[in-house]
Amino acid sequence: MLIPHPLLGLRDSQEFTYFGDASLMWRPDPEAPEAEAAFCEYVFLRDNPAGVHRELWFHEQGDRSWLVVTRDTTTHEILGAELASDVKGAAQ
Amino acid sequence: MKFSGFKVVKEALTGHKGWRPLWRNPDPKPAYDIVIVGGGGHGLATAFYLAKTFGALNVAVLEKGWIGSGNAGRNTTIIRSNYLLPGNQPFYEFSMKLWETLEQDTNFNSMVSQRGIINLIHTDGQRDAYRRRGNAMRLSGADARLLSRDELKKMVPFLNCDNARFPIKGGLMQPRAGTARHDGVVWGYARGADMRGVDIIQNCEVTGFRIEDGRVLGVETSKGFIGAKKVGVSVAGSSGRVMSMAGMRLPIESHALQAFVSEGLKPTIPGVITFGAGHFYVSQSDKGGLVFGGDIDGYNSYAQRGNLPVVEDVLEGGMALMPMIGRARLLRSWGGLVDMSMDGSPIIDKTDIDGLYFNGAWCYGGFKATPAAGYTFAHLLATDRPHETVTAFRFDRFNRGYVIDEKGVGAQPNLH
Repeated sequence: MLIPHPLLGLRDSQEFTYFGDASLMWRPDPEAPEAEAAFCEYVFLRDNPAGVHRELWFHEQGDRSWLVVTRDTTTHEILGAELASDVKGAAQ
Repeated sequence: MKFSGFKVVKEALTGHKGWRPLWRNPDPKPAYDIVIVGGGGHGLATAFYLAKTFGALNVAVLEKGWIGSGNAGRNTTIIRSNYLLPGNQPFYEFSMKLWETLEQDTNFNSMVSQRGIINLIHTDGQRDAYRRRGNAMRLSGADARLLSRDELKKMVPFLNCDNARFPIKGGLMQPRAGTARHDGVVWGYARGADMRGVDIIQNCEVTGFRIEDGRVLGVETSKGFIGAKKVGVSVAGSSGRVMSMAGMRLPIESHALQAFVSEGLKPTIPGVITFGAGHFYVSQSDKGGLVFGGDIDGYNSYAQRGNLPVVEDVLEGGMALMPMIGRARLLRSWGGLVDMSMDGSPIIDKTDIDGLYFNGAWCYGGFKATPAAGYTFAHLLATDRPHETVTAFRFDRFNRGYVIDEKGVGAQPNLH
């Protein structure tokens, strides 16, 4: 698989380390009253969709940036990649 | 139709005209007491033990394709009970004991072959860890033997014991482990269940659950609605996809696992051998092909195929361990879907929906568990209580903090 890195162009997925669902970027608030349940869900439960999946890849053997890659889990087709910092910045 | 040596001789002398199909292909009834979703090894074993041991009479197994076409037809057929943790090891040893009597129980040749498994040791630290594991296995009633380097060299002379990077210093052996014929297991359970009145309905895809007031009433399928008092889901690999139809999120990611087979060779590998310095394991099928595999691809996948980097990684492991493998030609490689759970261990439990039960999260260890998973899932479906060997395999272990993490890598499914 080739991942279209927004800064470096197409890079072999072998340079990356896979982390998991992109929702892992959004850590629950530890001060919230339901924090324990929220953390259980955050740590252990996944949507695990068959189809389009947004996921985190770390460019470990490259520029060490985190990417949010959009990929179809039924075909392995990569539909896009963004810098995780951009995704997080846009949301905040 | 009962199988026996006498029957084989009789058919040989009369032109093989007396063989009959091993199971019926019935249309679904409007309702059953228990519906099992998934006609793989686990689903069929569940139906078999429900009918045989727990006396359930009105049971159906629904399979989207043909039985045994998912992971039951894609695994590397290894059976073993060499786990470490108390939540796991008694279950796998129970499974090993059921394997030992499987062929008598089902009256079917499943080619269970107890040729032994050897986990190789490459460092002193690893020897300590395997000694501990061997002791844990023996405490659960299983067998284990620590092999010295010399014993090992006599048994498997082709190993590269003097590899500069990963010298082999010994091994942990479980002599009772081995392999079984995957199709034979599926067909044996299917025939045994069918003989006891279970309807095996193939080409019948479950498209939804009918749930009212927190209680399951049946399943919507490509062959119409089928009512059920209890529904047991046994679809490991596709658990996420199926349980999402019941509105559930699971502590599971689906991943692709690849396996490989070489051209047929003369008998050369006595049992199962696992490399301790990388992820590679190999055995030889009765047809002579070397059957081997390694790591999962490592990213979420429902594609039932993997990619080339893992092919390279597995073959590198093979070359490091036994250089002679480089002379064999690779015949086929294929991929299957595995439920990778957050602690690398399975789940057999009721769900929060009344009448809906779940068996899955087998990671890449589902085949060896087939008989015990079937037996214990049948126990749960029939009695509403978990069998004594699966009391740790509950959904709530994650939020209670009782994970069963054999590898100790935490909630990172692609590392288990």
